[in-house]
Amino acid sequence: MSVTMPTTPSTPASGALTYEEKRHARNLGIAYIVLAGITMIFLTGHSGTATFNLDGGRSFGLPAQPLAWFVAASLSVVAGIQLWRGFGKWTNVVLAMASLLIFMSFLSWAAAGREFSFIGMLASAVTFSTPLIFGACAGIMCERSGVVNIAIEGLLLNGAFTSAFVGSIASGWPGMGPKSGFWVGVLAAMITSALFAWLLAWLAIRFKVDQVIVGFFINFFVLGLTSFLSSRVLTENPDYNDTPTLGAWKIPLLERIPVLGQILFQQTVFVYAAYVLVVVFTWFLFRTKWGLRTRAVGEHPRAADTLGVNVLRLRYRNVIMAGAIAGFGGAWWTATLGRFNENITNGRGFIALAVVIVGRWHPVGALSAALLFGLFDSVADKLSLLNTGLPSEFIKMTPYLMTIVVVAGFVGRSRGPKAAGQPYESQ
Amino acid sequence: MTAATVDGSPAAAPEEKPKLVVFFDRIDAYNNLLLPFLAIVSALIVGAFIIGLTDIDRLKEGDIGGILTTIKDAYIALPTGALGSLGGISETIVSATPLILAGLCFAVAARSGLFNIGATGQMFAGGMASVWVGFTMDGPGIVQVPLALLAGIIAGGLWGGIVGILKARTGAHEVITTIMTNYIAGLLTLWLLKTEAFQQPGKDNPVSKTVSDKGRLPELFFWSDDPSLRAHWGFLVALGGAVFMWWLFERSKVGFELRTFGSNADAARYAGMKPATLTTLAMFIAGGLAGLGGATQIIGTQGYATESFAGSIGFDAIAVALLGRNKPVGIVFAAFLFGILEAGGRKMQLETDIPLDVVLVLRALIVLFIAAPALTRLIWRLKSEGSTSVLQFRGWGA
Repeated sequence: MSVTMPTTPSTPASGALTYEEKRHARNLGIAYIVLAGITMIFLTGHSGTATFNLDGGRSFGLPAQPLAWFVAASLSVVAGIQLWRGFGKWTNVVLAMASLLIFMSFLSWAAAGREFSFIGMLASAVTFSTPLIFGACAGIMCERSGVVNIAIEGLLLNGAFTSAFVGSIASGWPGMGPKSGFWVGVLAAMITSALFAWLLAWLAIRFKVDQVIVGFFINFFVLGLTSFLSSRVLTENPDYNDTPTLGAWKIPLLERIPVLGQILFQQTVFVYAAYVLVVVFTWFLFRTKWGLRTRAVGEHPRAADTLGVNVLRLRYRNVIMAGAIAGFGGAWWTATLGRFNENITNGRGFIALAVVIVGRWHPVGALSAALLFGLFDSVADKLSLLNTGLPSEFIKMTPYLMTIVVVAGFVGRSRGPKAAGQPYESQ
Repeated sequence: MTAATVDGSPAAAPEEKPKLVVFFDRIDAYNNLLLPFLAIVSALIVGAFIIGLTDIDRLKEGDIGGILTTIKDAYIALPTGALGSLGGISETIVSATPLILAGLCFAVAARSGLFNIGATGQMFAGGMASVWVGFTMDGPGIVQVPLALLAGIIAGGLWGGIVGILKARTGAHEVITTIMTNYIAGLLTLWLLKTEAFQQPGKDNPVSKTVSDKGRLPELFFWSDDPSLRAHWGFLVALGGAVFMWWLFERSKVGFELRTFGSNADAARYAGMKPATLTTLAMFIAGGLAGLGGATQIIGTQGYATESFAGSIGFDAIAVALLGRNKPVGIVFAAFLFGILEAGGRKMQLETDIPLDVVLVLRALIVLFIAAPALTRLIWRLKSEGSTSVLQFRGWGA
């Protein structure tokens, strides 16, 4: 019986769509038409075959012009179906497929008649997304418990500075090599970022300072302090700013998987740690008592308090843990570059905030969003080499535009925890 | 929401008092003078510790006296560098000008209940519009300069207005959209500066064409021939912006509605005001002020646009507005203080080798002690006295 029932009781039948759902479906249909038009007008301009190099000398070619026509045609069909009757539960799958088609058509257009390291682009997308994943997980951990964290940028920056500074000093200690010194630096980064996060929680909870303002204070303060220390201490003592870079740590067997191996399993420890973090965090958030309490406190602290949850203590604990995660994420820069530069994070913490929102306050969503944002970064990076005439600024802009589209709810609204940003007073 | 946010005056000005006394009664000495003063003192004390503890060479030698001398020299160099000479005063004014306008931008939005951290992007929009007017036109200054400023206001206003419309129509939270529009504006600026229409011919780096001398804002110290005195009439424009904000919120009907909407959106709605219109309008006015700030930066200070002419001004402006308690007069004074720190910081760097970045730390600390009056009171053992909260974040909700 249950096999033949296509709709479960929880999802409304297609006739009972709310106004908002109808609007989203319509907007999506219009978006498909616009994308089909863009594909037809712009991406059919280059002729020739684009050769995409994979690992081990393998490659595949895509003819740019026929592909663009094909994509434009399929998008028109998809738009028609979307506007006519919608895709129901397949909406997101169709959207993903359509995005993939446009993306491939775009790459073929950009690399028409030339070679392009496809796998290199994907691998560097994974690399670029790593600090975003840490930053976003830190953000989610705070916001799910009802504390808005604008300070991700500052916590990451502090992590980068402290890991470079302490890591360099610690490697000079007796019995310490550069490698073990680096990990001492990472530990210090986690502790100091946790302290800054505690400051955030303390000011926001104890003194009820507005959380956005505290977040900005921490960003300003860390930026000023690290720049100050960098020019006052690090430039005069270059030894204090010199750590080893972390090489790739190839996972045996898995690294030999064709294509995927090079993208996912020939990366640094930080990349693996990011994936482990997402898995563990998701499990904790949705399968444990702590996770349930966190979500309850973020949505309705009064109710959680009534049931005996210590709201403020939980918030303190979550924010401090988030700080440690962000501090670890900040050490990624040190591991990659082997040194600290002023304002090295350069706004990545704010992108991580966008990742939190586009990922809808869910670790796995944040992982996908971070990968997507990383992909845009690496495409912008690689395209500047191909010299297509398309300014890389516009590709770099896409994640920000996308974030606006998501928060504005043009295609599905992203809603934050209800109590985020509001101080709580137990009665 | 306390009623004191409206004008901070508990007294209803009895008639028999002389005017001067009434004037002083209107100043909330505790919140508007004592707390900011203590915040600055606290910041300077913490800053002194930071300067002292990072003096590694002297610390190793145990030269405490030397450290104290450095701190003393630094804190003397700050005010003397900024105010000790006409050149210093000029530099202070140059730094303060865009901060006043961007601070007003934050304050207008804040008093309308919006968290506008998009001053950077709005400055980019305004600055780029005004530089375009500046280098394409070749008319007399009396026509061209106001036109360039107007272009800045409109472009900045539209850029801010987008955020307002998004908020009004879809509920997209302005903290997120302004962060995003800041990045978009920065990237658009970078792109524009590489296009033929904007880029200076013969240059590889992204620098715009130069605004002709006629199109620049006149010098403030016009009687002096010294070309290093960079202060310009943009300062007067900024003061005009402050007067405008005072008029808007204290004298105009629209301002009254914005203020009501800002302190209690539900009350405003029940009174028949239109939240969507007010949100858009507030963001347009705020953006216009920031755009004006970008314009003065271009046709006043620089004469051409670079990819970073907005710098960190948009963010510093948040601190300025907080310090000035979102009031026009307070913002002018706060911007001046920040200008002093900036101009004096450069002299301090020259004389004592202490990096200018310490100014960033001091600014952040001032913001902290201002934003957390309870903390400042705790440190200085003061009693609470009718403090007003600056602005309350109301969650990400729609």
